[in-house]
Amino acid sequence: MKTIALLQFVTAAFAALPAVGAPPPKKLNVVATTPDLAAVAREIGGDGVDVKALAKPTEDPHFVDAKPSHIVTLNRADVLIEGGAELEVGWLPPLLESARNDKIAAGAPGHIVASQGIRMLEIPATFDRSRGDVHPYGNPHFLLDPINVKIIAAQMADHFAQVDPSSAAMYKANLKRFDDAVDAHLVEWQKQLAPYKGAKIVTYHKDFVYLGERFNLDIIDNLEPKPGIAPSPAHLAKVITEMKAANSRVLLVQPYQNRKTAETVARQTDAVVLDVPQQPGAIPNTDTYFTLMDYMVKTIAAGLAEKH
Amino acid sequence: MRIPLTAVLVTLTGVTVSAAQGSDTTGTPPPTQAVPVRTAGAYMNIGFVGLMDFAWSSARNLAALQPGDHDPHVRGFTIPNAEITLDGAVDPYFKGFANIVYKLDPNGETGVELEEMFALTTSLPANLQVKAGQFFPEFGRQNSQHPHAWAFVDQPLVLNRMFGPDGLRSQGARISWLAPTSFYAEAMVTVLNSAGGTTSSFRSDESSGIHGGVPLGRDVLKLTDMLVVPRISASFDLTDTQTLLVGASAAFGPNNSGPDASTRIYGVDLYWKWKSPRAAAGFPFVSFQSEFMSRRYEAAQRVSAEDALVTLPAEMLKDNGAYAQVLWGIKPRIVAGLRGEYATGNETAFDTPLRAHRFRMSPNFTWYPTEFSKFRLQYNYDNRRGIGRDHSFLVQFEFVLGAHAAHKF
Repeated sequence: MKTIALLQFVTAAFAALPAVGAPPPKKLNVVATTPDLAAVAREIGGDGVDVKALAKPTEDPHFVDAKPSHIVTLNRADVLIEGGAELEVGWLPPLLESARNDKIAAGAPGHIVASQGIRMLEIPATFDRSRGDVHPYGNPHFLLDPINVKIIAAQMADHFAQVDPSSAAMYKANLKRFDDAVDAHLVEWQKQLAPYKGAKIVTYHKDFVYLGERFNLDIIDNLEPKPGIAPSPAHLAKVITEMKAANSRVLLVQPYQNRKTAETVARQTDAVVLDVPQQPGAIPNTDTYFTLMDYMVKTIAAGLAEKH
Repeated sequence: MRIPLTAVLVTLTGVTVSAAQGSDTTGTPPPTQAVPVRTAGAYMNIGFVGLMDFAWSSARNLAALQPGDHDPHVRGFTIPNAEITLDGAVDPYFKGFANIVYKLDPNGETGVELEEMFALTTSLPANLQVKAGQFFPEFGRQNSQHPHAWAFVDQPLVLNRMFGPDGLRSQGARISWLAPTSFYAEAMVTVLNSAGGTTSSFRSDESSGIHGGVPLGRDVLKLTDMLVVPRISASFDLTDTQTLLVGASAAFGPNNSGPDASTRIYGVDLYWKWKSPRAAAGFPFVSFQSEFMSRRYEAAQRVSAEDALVTLPAEMLKDNGAYAQVLWGIKPRIVAGLRGEYATGNETAFDTPLRAHRFRMSPNFTWYPTEFSKFRLQYNYDNRRGIGRDHSFLVQFEFVLGAHAAHKF
């Protein structure tokens, strides 16, 4: 009798299992190297994905520590999104080597290289480090151009659908909605910056090239004499002369760049220093792609209105 | 980084050339097709690291004071390391690595060695990974790092005592397992040949400096005559800006003092780093690194290396040592460092400088014009029991060409 009772109990327990433990549909684990890629992935993945960024929004994305916790994150990832064009060359390769995850191996559907499909600017004719830390595949800060973001979003929707075919329709619908929103916002952003067509501005690093190209801003020089090389007094003197000659009075810096250097130049040129982070979340209320771009365009337009 | 240094391969438009398809590349392309030129370098990262030192010391015999193979060895200039690094994906299953090192001796003669050459699996199931070839096993933190990645000009004393001038390195294989835990935890075991100059605590012909006797030629008779190096490590992000990495390692193997003698080395290591949330080029940061090692070297009854008429008794040689170093990345590309270290051994029937008590303190200062070059100034205060105090000034310059291998944490 005891045996039968036990059997009945076990059978009942097993029968009850699916009812109790029916798991919610598993979300895709998406890992992006930088917060800007993560923000776009959230738009496209919607409820189907959990997105994590490796780099902090406030730090220089060229120099992220290859922390062991990132190995664990990559080991569990279904999809990896990297900027490519050697933006992450100093830290991603050893992480991938240790992560031992075939799903995100080079060439797998779970590995997205955002720079593929982008018309890269500033591809050097020769590879020569006496010109500074020049990226051989072109300038990797391409997410500031909304048209590029649409290309990357389409790539994400395509890869998400390959990895998770059951949600393909949702990714497609999210992409359509995102594309429409980008188109609508782009008209608005262009309208805000239209009065300043050809405005001459200066940036700390060569990281606003794509923004300048899309919105007709003329970046006349950088505070860094060469990419990745710290500003020298001689170079800053040259920039000051150039700014005065061109009546350029707006300077853009990111959170991790040396604001004091920019302020010194601004004092001598009657310019304004604008804090324009490129990564969502670097300052409050810029957590999504659209809130960040809204903030960026509004800040630059206001700075140009004040000084142009 | 793609280096157009190497032989040029010519291939058809849109055809990806792999090593296995090599024969396809020799055919003449149809005249209607454009002929893009690719370089063999596109399949491999090629790099070169050049290191040069200048040293001046109160010790006349700098080679005895600075026993590491990559340390400055003379008053004046030393080229301690010129290294060609090659790496890349072999195929979808393996990555390949090689380091070929050139060293100049005090007479300017060049020595070449294959420092490392190994393959690493990329696609094993169950979070496993195998490495095979000749390599520095992961014992502690610094043993597997190349001089380029060191924070000081010279090798820590304890690594020199336990592993010899070139560190612990041999031919073998390693299997590692990444634990399915929420934090990083990895366990690994390396099995290596136990012979040769780079296994100095084991079956090394140069081991008389450790046990004072004539080294015995020992053959490999059983599996336990191999050198086994287990390690576990774990890491925790203490806060958003602080990371801790801890590890425990051991090395077990036979030694050359007698037919059945063996050596056991144990080590613990710790690395902590804080990095600013607004780091530019990785600065500012503060890091702390320390390793402690303890060795139990079972010395058999043996003939003294100094006097063939003297027999040394069987005894246990107990050694230990540690270093601790703090680095402060003050502002972009500028680092101040301080290292303190000691190494010591118990009283035995013979004397050897390789086991005598020694203390060293080294402040240093490094300036990186870019991540591809560096200048380093270092002062060493040395106190060797039985010899006395010494003061040394070391200057180092380094440059990197081609691919700059990314640094591990």
